[in-house]
Amino acid sequence: MTPRAVRRRAAPGSPGFLKRSQPRWTERSVKVLLVAAALVSVLTTVGIVVALIPPVVEFFGKVDFGEFITGTDWSPLFEPPHFGVLPLVTATLVVTVIALFVAVPLGLGAAVYLSEYAGHRVRGIFKPVLEVLAGIPTVVYGFFALKAITPALQRFWPGDDPPEVFNALSAGFVMGIMIIPTIASLAEDSMAAVPRSLRDGAYALGSSRMQVSTRVVFPAALSGIVAAVVLGVSRAIGETMIVAIAAGGRPNLTFNPLEGMQTMTAFIAAAGIGDLPTGSTGYQTIFAVGLLLFAITLVMNLISIRLVRRYREVYE
Amino acid sequence: MIPTAVTSDPPEAPRLKGRGTPLREQFFRLSLWASLAIGVVFLAGLLTYVVIEGWPRLNSKLWTNFPDIIDPSNAGAQSAITGTIWVISFTALYCLPTGVLTAIYLEEYADRDRWWNRAVEINIQNLAAVPSIVYGILGLGVISRGLGFGQTVLTAALTLSLLVLPIVIISSREAIRAVPQSIRQASLSLGATQWQTIWRQVLPAAVPGMATGSILALSRAIGEAAPLLLLGGLTFITFNPTGVHSQFTVLPIQIFNWISQSRAEFTALASAAIVVLLVILLVMNSLAIWLRNHFTRRW
Repeated sequence: MTPRAVRRRAAPGSPGFLKRSQPRWTERSVKVLLVAAALVSVLTTVGIVVALIPPVVEFFGKVDFGEFITGTDWSPLFEPPHFGVLPLVTATLVVTVIALFVAVPLGLGAAVYLSEYAGHRVRGIFKPVLEVLAGIPTVVYGFFALKAITPALQRFWPGDDPPEVFNALSAGFVMGIMIIPTIASLAEDSMAAVPRSLRDGAYALGSSRMQVSTRVVFPAALSGIVAAVVLGVSRAIGETMIVAIAAGGRPNLTFNPLEGMQTMTAFIAAAGIGDLPTGSTGYQTIFAVGLLLFAITLVMNLISIRLVRRYREVYE
Repeated sequence: MIPTAVTSDPPEAPRLKGRGTPLREQFFRLSLWASLAIGVVFLAGLLTYVVIEGWPRLNSKLWTNFPDIIDPSNAGAQSAITGTIWVISFTALYCLPTGVLTAIYLEEYADRDRWWNRAVEINIQNLAAVPSIVYGILGLGVISRGLGFGQTVLTAALTLSLLVLPIVIISSREAIRAVPQSIRQASLSLGATQWQTIWRQVLPAAVPGMATGSILALSRAIGEAAPLLLLGGLTFITFNPTGVHSQFTVLPIQIFNWISQSRAEFTALASAAIVVLLVILLVMNSLAIWLRNHFTRRW
């Protein structure tokens, strides 16, 4: 409502006439400042896109897009260079799948336990532990995978050919542990949002706790649970330090988790360390792989955000 | 007082008999419990391992000496520790005001029916899940080379601020939302302007929640290594940063560097540095939890 409108409605001089004592310059400038702050996050996204697009356009001026997408040989920094991104993609896939095999059952199990079984005290003990797990730097996870998990695997390997020093298995396993808190806390949130009355109804019909958990709470919270898993996938795809340390730096088109392989993120990190000159094709490959990574995780995140919103709409 | 006639069972009283807990139920409960326990066991194993490995190197040399590639037994992490302090201080300086102001805008001013406000919200949620190495690419392409800031403390701090900004915004919003509407209405009805209400009523009430979220965000930034790899934080730095335009290294980068060395002494050195890093993070996390428990008000 503008001041003018106020003045017209109340007659000047009448007792009900309220006048603004002064123009609120502070109020206005504060609002401008707040909007400017909110724009920083928008500019960040714009910045990411601006950072990625021009080098990628230049990159595809020199490298055939078909070779990039379907090529099976990735050696952009050697002579002669090959730019087939498939080895990086399969490595990312292998590590992600291993991580999910660990994180999805354990994360969901932990979530169901905390939300349906645990008493006040148990929850008070385990929730902080999960928070600590989530707070450990990934460089530490990578160190533990390389120096503790891999040697243990090699020592106790039942078969004939034990894992290599750098392998996808221990990197994926440790990454799975890292993702447990992400999945557990989001899934628990969505289970907590399931109304009490649904559980009570099921119990009143004689259901056991397991039946209530698996047949009532779990399906009711499903979209939130799926969102948690999708977010877990995007964290696994984007994780860098663990794979850079424990999975090795050799592009390797294989699905054998016992071998070393280089993921998309690990390549970006390795190429970034090399201090490549601006404008060189090697420098531009960082951005090409980065754009691919950004696009994949963007799709994952949007799916996850959508699913979370859906379950919130149902029960609030 | 219960009459004796009732306490003694009548001979033919119908009784509801439980069938006992079926084996399936027990097994289910056990496997749920185990999935939690595995995380705990892993954490315990990790902590034990780094403390045992790093024990011989957990002495004052670690923070009085500089990195030394030739003589690892005398190497320390002083430049990394001071570098971490420099980078984190400036990260806090950039991201905390921006994050809090954005949160105030979104909670107090933004009209949620407008598409641009919803877009900002979704954008922030999405940024929270963008891989950290992509922020490294942003820092490398735009801040370091595009704006010409180079591989400096300033570049690192700006990159990390953008990285943790969504966390600060989301937690600050939750803190602001927890302040009941009646407080605002009371303030407004006494004639305070909107900003006076926010500044004198809402913000003081929301500060503990914001502080908790901010500490967690900064502890994430302290442990972050991936984006800094791209910003040139890997070379052996044998001096402390002298300003924002100085070259730098930080603890996670120094640790990564030592892990990459093959000699066993460097493994011990890396473990010792990890212990230092984890202690810093543990202190920050406990502070956050304490703040949350101590200052959270129930309205």
